[in-house]
Amino acid sequence: MSAAGDHGAAARWEHFPHDADIGVRGYGASPEEAFAQAALAMMAAILDPATVRIEQTIDIVLEAPRLDLLLVDWLNALIYEMAERRMVFGAFEVTIEDHHLKGRALGEAVSRARHAPAVEAKGATYTELACVEDWPGLWRAQCVIDV
Amino acid sequence: MDLSRFEKISDTAWRVAPFGGMRAPAIVYASEELMKEMDDKVFEQVTNVAKLPGIVRAAYAMPDAHWGYGFPIGGVAAFDADEGGVVSAGGVGFDVSCGVRTHLTHLTREQVVSVQQELADALFEHVPAGVGSEGEIALDEQGLNAMLLGGAQWAIERGLGRAEDLDRIEERGCAAAADPAAVSEHARKRQRREMGTLGSGNHYLEVQEVAEIFDEKTAAAYGLVKGECVVTIHCGSRGLGHQIGTEYLRDMVISAQDYGIELPDRELACAPIKSVLGQKYLGAMRAAINCALANREIIGHLARQVFARFFENEGLPLMFDVSHNTCKVERHAVDGETRQLFVHRKGATRAFGPGHESLPEALRPYGQPVLIGGSMGAGSYVLAGMETSERQSFASACHGAGRRMSRHAATRAWGGRKVVDDLRAQGIIIKSPSLRGVAEEAPGAYKDVRAVVDSAEAAGLARKVAFLKPLICVKG
Repeated sequence: MSAAGDHGAAARWEHFPHDADIGVRGYGASPEEAFAQAALAMMAAILDPATVRIEQTIDIVLEAPRLDLLLVDWLNALIYEMAERRMVFGAFEVTIEDHHLKGRALGEAVSRARHAPAVEAKGATYTELACVEDWPGLWRAQCVIDV
Repeated sequence: MDLSRFEKISDTAWRVAPFGGMRAPAIVYASEELMKEMDDKVFEQVTNVAKLPGIVRAAYAMPDAHWGYGFPIGGVAAFDADEGGVVSAGGVGFDVSCGVRTHLTHLTREQVVSVQQELADALFEHVPAGVGSEGEIALDEQGLNAMLLGGAQWAIERGLGRAEDLDRIEERGCAAAADPAAVSEHARKRQRREMGTLGSGNHYLEVQEVAEIFDEKTAAAYGLVKGECVVTIHCGSRGLGHQIGTEYLRDMVISAQDYGIELPDRELACAPIKSVLGQKYLGAMRAAINCALANREIIGHLARQVFARFFENEGLPLMFDVSHNTCKVERHAVDGETRQLFVHRKGATRAFGPGHESLPEALRPYGQPVLIGGSMGAGSYVLAGMETSERQSFASACHGAGRRMSRHAATRAWGGRKVVDDLRAQGIIIKSPSLRGVAEEAPGAYKDVRAVVDSAEAAGLARKVAFLKPLICVKG
């Protein structure tokens, strides 16, 4: 499963299989773009991101000692915000500087009727975790999400 | 899985001798057919678990084992604190104390079928299920702390359960030594509106018919009667447990090096039991166990309320409540010596054999009920712990069918509407807020649960008592 991203030619996301749960993978021209696409992949594991209206924005600030750990923190921060605010997200903006992340998640209150979420994300895991530049100008950010 | 890497020690036991940093052997219990079907990741993960410090006897995988996080799902490992043993947040998982409980009824299949649709609708309406659902119990800080300390006992004190249930819950419904102070603000916030909610994914509430009895005496002791119905609930510690798993996993990943622990897989993140972080995690994890026990007690209470609308005098007595994602302090015999061990069961059920002191008197001669959730169509099993399970697997058995197909593959293979219609034609009503969720949980996405429980019995882990066939399934 994949979908064209909004941010650039390299930007896209896909799912990869895991026995019980689901792997999310984002590609982009930069780590930021790959992070945003990985977040979209996570949302797509839950619902169709195209059904999410952009009505609210949530700002997230994080830091971690490594880029891959920052990816797990980013996805877990989104999982927390979804659970605590009863929200779903359809778009993301990310900037990263020296392992400090500033992110923005855009979305709305969850509607069981309109979004019909298939699963609840419990946590982003370190399984199959990677944030690497596969070749110049193509970053890949991925991990398995426990659902 | 490539069987050439195992030494076959019986038809249902396969051993990997220590190699490459393993401190103990790895043993997988399953038939040859199930072994061949298992993902190679199970081999990788169970041998990685055997590399952790302080592991005792062996790392085990149950017949339903599949690719998990760090530990395989269906993984069991025990650690000795006095030998540098560790506690692993990855070895417990995100859904701390996820588990199953079964309530008895005296209702026949015919009685339930006569109101099947109305009962299904009422359960779906009354038991909050799925993403975005909220419970009606709002907890302030004081209430939350009391819940984290009291577990099912707390729920019962609030009139959300029955005192007689406690005999039928592990540790009488309350994990000792829980530490609410070790539970973060985020974890607390995530739980504020989630008490008494089922969750989503593979969590469910089912009304099931006792369709087959394999062991008359044990079934009678458990209260299971062929042709009568039971209510089974599968869920865990909700947002609080998920957040505790997330936070402590991160802390353990980052601090492993400081403790001199070389992690073969970051998801095996752990800390020495005797360390500050290890003790803090144990306190938080036990608080999450209490959250799960309280949550299942409340959902049982909600089910009782619904059944009371349809059937007078149906008290839904609790048969048993057992968790399958935990780390518990237990005493086990190792080489003739009884030792206190920290037993991790990740997607594995405790299965104490007959005579175990922790079992309630009425069940003690028969062994602990082991509740095996199957898929929506294939049904579930009640097993009983066997005496041999102690030496085979630190008294552990399987917990479910185990997936054979990813969620993505399942949605490509089946449509949710067709799954609902097909099951309806078999007399099973599915209620779920998400058809895609139903497709992901389609019966065909799971292994043959009969093969799993047959392997568990042949391996001496737990023996078959009864088969339960679903009539109503409320999915999250």
